[in-house]
Amino acid sequence: MTQNRSWIPYLLILPTVVFLGLLFIVPLVQTVWLAVSDNGVPSLANMQTMVSDINFGRSILNTFLLTLAVVPIQIAMALAMGTMVSKVNGGRETILWIWTIPLGISDLAAGMVWLSILQNTGYLNTLLFSMGLIERQTAWLTYQTPVALFIGIAIAEIWRGTAIVMIIIVAGLNQVPKEFKEAAEIFGASPWTRFTRITLPLIRPALQSALILRTVLAFEVFAVVYALGGRNFPVLVGEAYNWQNQNQNYGVAAAYAVLIMVISLAATLFYLKVVKVDPERLP
Amino acid sequence: MANIVIDNIRKSFGAFEALKGVSLTINDGEFVSLLGPSGCGKTTLLRIIAGLETATSGDISIGGRSVIGLPPKDRGLAMVFQNYAVFPHMTVYENVAFGLRMQKADDARVRKQVEKAAGLLHIEPYLERYPNKLSGGQRQRVAVARALAVEPAVLLMDEPLSNLDALLRLEMRTELKTVLQSAGTTTIYVTHDQTEAMGLSDRIAVVHDGRIEQVGTPVEIYNHPATRFVGGFIGNPPMNFITLPVRDGQVAIGQERFSVPASGGDIVLGLRGETVERAPAGQGLEMQVRVAEPMGSHLLLTGSILSQPARVILPATETVMNGETIGLTVDAKRVTWLSPENGVSYPAAA
Ligand SMILES: Nc1ncnc2c1ncn2[C@@H]1O[C@H](COP(=O)(O)OP(=O)(O)OP(=O)(O)O)[C@@H](O)[C@H]1O
Ligand SMILES: [Mg+2]
Repeated sequence: MTQNRSWIPYLLILPTVVFLGLLFIVPLVQTVWLAVSDNGVPSLANMQTMVSDINFGRSILNTFLLTLAVVPIQIAMALAMGTMVSKVNGGRETILWIWTIPLGISDLAAGMVWLSILQNTGYLNTLLFSMGLIERQTAWLTYQTPVALFIGIAIAEIWRGTAIVMIIIVAGLNQVPKEFKEAAEIFGASPWTRFTRITLPLIRPALQSALILRTVLAFEVFAVVYALGGRNFPVLVGEAYNWQNQNQNYGVAAAYAVLIMVISLAATLFYLKVVKVDPERLP
Repeated sequence: MANIVIDNIRKSFGAFEALKGVSLTINDGEFVSLLGPSGCGKTTLLRIIAGLETATSGDISIGGRSVIGLPPKDRGLAMVFQNYAVFPHMTVYENVAFGLRMQKADDARVRKQVEKAAGLLHIEPYLERYPNKLSGGQRQRVAVARALAVEPAVLLMDEPLSNLDALLRLEMRTELKTVLQSAGTTTIYVTHDQTEAMGLSDRIAVVHDGRIEQVGTPVEIYNHPATRFVGGFIGNPPMNFITLPVRDGQVAIGQERFSVPASGGDIVLGLRGETVERAPAGQGLEMQVRVAEPMGSHLLLTGSILSQPARVILPATETVMNGETIGLTVDAKRVTWLSPENGVSYPAAA
């Protein structure tokens, strides 16, 4: 009876497969082809244009710097937040709810929020001025203040993207039975030792997912940067956007898209290798 | 010196009172079992002693020093958790070594202690394996080895042998007892297996519903239960309770009269099933036998005495038919008299 119906699972899975196939694989193949062809013939012309553009090097550097600055801070903050909230008894849900508010905001809106804080007439300047710390409006987001601009963008990204990391980490922390930490405590482990020798190894799977997800998203950073820095802070997706819309050169835009994908894949493989999850060593 | 004084400990979880004033003194090097049914508060008490849970009120001192407010690691104890809590990401070796590593013991000492503990618990073959491939009983032994390896002054064990098969449990029990005795370890051992408690303990504390019902040596507890609960909980078959009318400070059993510590009303006779002997027909306490089960070593009779359910044990040499009515001789020195109102026993006659 059941053997005769072995096609049922396939039937149920089919819509999602077709959906993904049509909306992901087809554009992917098209994009790759667009990137490595010129007027229908294979060519590296788009790649060459991309690489020789003056913003290419800066956008790679900026994207990597931003990722390197933002992701570790987000992971550390998420771990700290998750650990703190696990100690709270009452109001835990409310705290988590407030912490995850940025998740509900689009990245462009998040950029706008921080623009209203950091722009010349923004809240930050108003505050600094009223405290007598500055004499006149100060610009933070121009190409003359690259460090302040970088910091501003990093803070906005951290504000916007930490919640998703925290959710994954909190879920991971919740899966660690408290007896493991208690046993370690009985046998004399300090809080720090308990964290590094017990908690961290046991949340490896969550840590790995969070790192992969957050890093891939960090390489795709765009709207926040665009809102705060415009073209003063070129990043990879921003360049793809400009080639696509300003320059109307779809081939070079596709080349950027492929580059971003390759970098994301490389980062994922890197994490899978470095933060190895051995099922034998899980509870 | 690591004696433990538990003084009127109470613990509430919200409105629920899990411990209702527990006091218990455990001497240095003594082996005391906490014995009681599921949910009576054994684990809670152990966790409070360990410092993993804070008592609502009361005091605990170890070695003459109050430990209330001290973190677990400063209480000088080791613990075996009811659900083992063996670290899944460490090999068995590193699990057993954990406490010693935390004490910054050198590798030679770690190796020596781990091998000693592993040998005792028969887990040498798994030392390099990870716990999640081990059976429940094997993991449990890792947890015990981890606690023994640090040679603690005080050892708290929460049903440490519950997952072993009967044979292995018997063997582990004996070895555990020998090791702890020679090391002079003060031990609190939680179990709901009464044979285990009887066999291992210097003294047993019977816990019921958040209170200690009785503390005493296994023999005292068995022979003279302080309450009806203790008598019914300990012993297999449990103690029989037969309510009898008292006249002039005496009850009549068959032709015999027994002086009892009550002058009138009713009294409850607490009768251990194996303390009776078969009386000649028509004499002694009359029992209607419903089922007679020859157990090899003895004969188990189930039925009723004065219309109250009863189970007694006779030598295997006796033959009794199902449905037969027999007489039983009661030994006045081996019975317990209890109050029918509150189930508390009267002090044993001197
Ligand atoms: N953290 C807690 N919150 C609320 N109630 C609890 C908590 N821990 C224990 N209890 C309650 O306290 C009572 C005693 O629990 P405890 O675990 O001490 O029982 P136990 O004697 O160890 O039982 P078992 O033999 O089944 O292990 C139980 O009714 C339990 O539901
Ligand atoms: Mg328990």
